[in-house]
Amino acid sequence: MGQYYLSHLKELEAEAIFIIREVVSQFEKPALLFSGGKDSILLAHLAKKAFFPAKIPFPLIHIDTGHNFPETLKFRDNLVRELGVQLVVGSVQESIDKGRVREETGVNASRNALQTVTLLDTLEKLKIDAAMGGARRDEEKARAKERFFSHRDEFGQWDPKNQRPELWNLFNGRKHHGEHFRVFPISNWTEMDVWQYIKEENIALPSLYFSHERECVVRDEVILAKSEYLPLKEGEEIKKLNVRYRTCGDMPITGAVLSNANTLELIIEEVATTRTTERGTRADDKRGETAMEDRKKAGYF
Amino acid sequence: MSIQENNQLLRFTTAGSVDDGKSTLIGRLLYDSKSIFEDQIEAVKTSSEKKGFDYVDLSLLTDGLKSEREQGITIDVAYRYFATPKRKFIIADTPGHTQYTRNMVTGASTANLAIILVDARKGLLEQTYRHSFIASLLKIPHVVVCVNKMDLVDYSEEVYNKIVADYEAFSSKLDIKDVQFVPISALKGDNVVDRSKNMSWYEGSTLLYHLEHVHIASDFNHIDCRFPVQMVIRPHTLEFQDFRGYAGRIDGGIFKAGDEVKVLPSGFTSKIKSIELNGEPIKEAYAPMSVTMTLDDEIDISRGDMIVRPNNQPHTEQDLEVMVCWMNQKSLQNRTKLIVKHTTKECQALLKDIQYKVDVNTLHRIEDIQEIGMNDIARVSIRTASPIFFDSYSKNRQTGSIILIDPNTNETVGAGMII
Ligand SMILES: Nc1nc2c(ncn2[C@@H]2O[C@H](COP(=O)(O)OP(=O)(O)O)[C@@H](O)[C@H]2O)c(=O)[nH]1
Ligand SMILES: [Mg+2]
Repeated sequence: MGQYYLSHLKELEAEAIFIIREVVSQFEKPALLFSGGKDSILLAHLAKKAFFPAKIPFPLIHIDTGHNFPETLKFRDNLVRELGVQLVVGSVQESIDKGRVREETGVNASRNALQTVTLLDTLEKLKIDAAMGGARRDEEKARAKERFFSHRDEFGQWDPKNQRPELWNLFNGRKHHGEHFRVFPISNWTEMDVWQYIKEENIALPSLYFSHERECVVRDEVILAKSEYLPLKEGEEIKKLNVRYRTCGDMPITGAVLSNANTLELIIEEVATTRTTERGTRADDKRGETAMEDRKKAGYF
Repeated sequence: MSIQENNQLLRFTTAGSVDDGKSTLIGRLLYDSKSIFEDQIEAVKTSSEKKGFDYVDLSLLTDGLKSEREQGITIDVAYRYFATPKRKFIIADTPGHTQYTRNMVTGASTANLAIILVDARKGLLEQTYRHSFIASLLKIPHVVVCVNKMDLVDYSEEVYNKIVADYEAFSSKLDIKDVQFVPISALKGDNVVDRSKNMSWYEGSTLLYHLEHVHIASDFNHIDCRFPVQMVIRPHTLEFQDFRGYAGRIDGGIFKAGDEVKVLPSGFTSKIKSIELNGEPIKEAYAPMSVTMTLDDEIDISRGDMIVRPNNQPHTEQDLEVMVCWMNQKSLQNRTKLIVKHTTKECQALLKDIQYKVDVNTLHRIEDIQEIGMNDIARVSIRTASPIFFDSYSKNRQTGSIILIDPNTNETVGAGMII
């Protein structure tokens, strides 16, 4: 008799595919929130597997802050072409121009928080009733408590104290008019799982994730890429460093790590020995102990 | 830390009364297995200092929401992850108070194993009975009773033996297949990851060793073939003109191409033409795989149908006998209208009868009751608007479980195990 059990990666894959298929079955207008980072690339890969030989039956939505790494955009456009899937871009710049949001000012200004308005506007315009995202519970303490199927009221808000219990493989996506869901199929994956799976499945990633030489500024111990969106403070200087990224957020707020890891094997080795969380390099999470919970309550990813 | 790619996944839940040391134990497992990152431990140190503690409060690692951090209690299920070279672990950390029975039920529903903590100084408490009852009700295949705070009873073998004997006497009334005992100190680390030097009288394995080696491959049912159809895949492309695939997750048994199958409720039979995922053939499909299946014949099949073997069929009935855990403020009464969700099927239902309620602390039955309140566990009869294809929960945790939804609020109000 063979061994009838799955490896942890196969079990996580089976769970994520089940959830993606549930979303398509239970909702009328689902979408996948695509950030261009490895987690949403993984999600797109799982979605492809879930429906093959049919095409992915929902659009990818990219909330474009206008502060993207150029590598991310190029990669996004290629992937969309390959998958034969529809791409919808929600533009933060447009929200600013329309006066829907006000841009932060100052040297540490970021468009991160502004995304929430653009995101909610885009979901509403397309009448999206389930938006899938690549968030994982190991990323952050508020996320550790969020459900796979996470209910949002008609204002897009999350109520962490009043979440629906989630049991077995039975996911309740019922809702009233105007409400929607955020769904997180890879909730149970850790950063290590993601990397191991990317290697096992040979999934292509933007070059940012691999070690490369880049012009950087070191600010408050965070290594930031030189870009037109990052005004320099007095005394700051540009240095050439060998770096790679662990997450791909906005250019002016996503920190790089010093690294020579230029293959998946080396990255996995590095992840295994790293002693800081991947969001530890993100300035947006450092705005207070419950920064993520507060943003999520307001409707953030 | 090198993690193999073909490791198994073990899901476990922790239960214990307030202050028995659950959060400390989880913190210890994460810390000793080097799964806590420096920035996390720094944040915890800072918060501990702010609160005026002179020690690092590892429970701050798991208590994530604002209100929990303010009140210093755990109010919801939090999920934690760690891995060793042997296995990957998912912990459902659930709070201990009676009013959170529903959270423990939630955490238990997907668990392979439950850790039940007992304070060595206090011995078995009402909560121990309740947690053990829930573990047996939810059919968690493995239970580990950790006798914690052994450092506070001089690592006494006698104290430990007495608790083990008491527990065995009580648990013989329950249906738990596999119970193990480990004397530990979550705070000091004895027998959690490393063997204790203070308890040479203990010859069993450490907690982590047990978690790494307990046999979980047969926790799923690999005998009775059950494949609830989630959706039908029809590509409508030139290349796959006639492709008609049934997508879903295997809930039991082992399916192979060539197998004769029967489709419920239509009763039509056919043969499996292929089982695949992403175009790659799968030789044998078993729980909990997600696959796409094609059949030899063109049969009308849709979401909520179930593919089984002709000689091994589930029950098909509209009247269900169920143990429910009620999870909502609004109480459940006779004739209450509900929506039942079972595998991939959803249908209207009616509560026909409440037979008895279980006193979760004494296991006594309370009869003649009119309603069931939040956190109650009761045996009820439910009538569904259309037939459900089910197995008893003790035979299959997937095809034997349901959730109850309030049709007005859409909230999940109950969890049910079919008898
Ligand atoms: N001496 C001793 N104290 C412990 C042990 N485990 C936990 N504690 C303490 O017991 C208290 C409650 O622990 P906590 O983990 O918050 O319990 P929880 O409510 O079950 O999560 C804290 O003050 C811990 O430091 C142990 O093994 N020995
Ligand atoms: Mg606790």
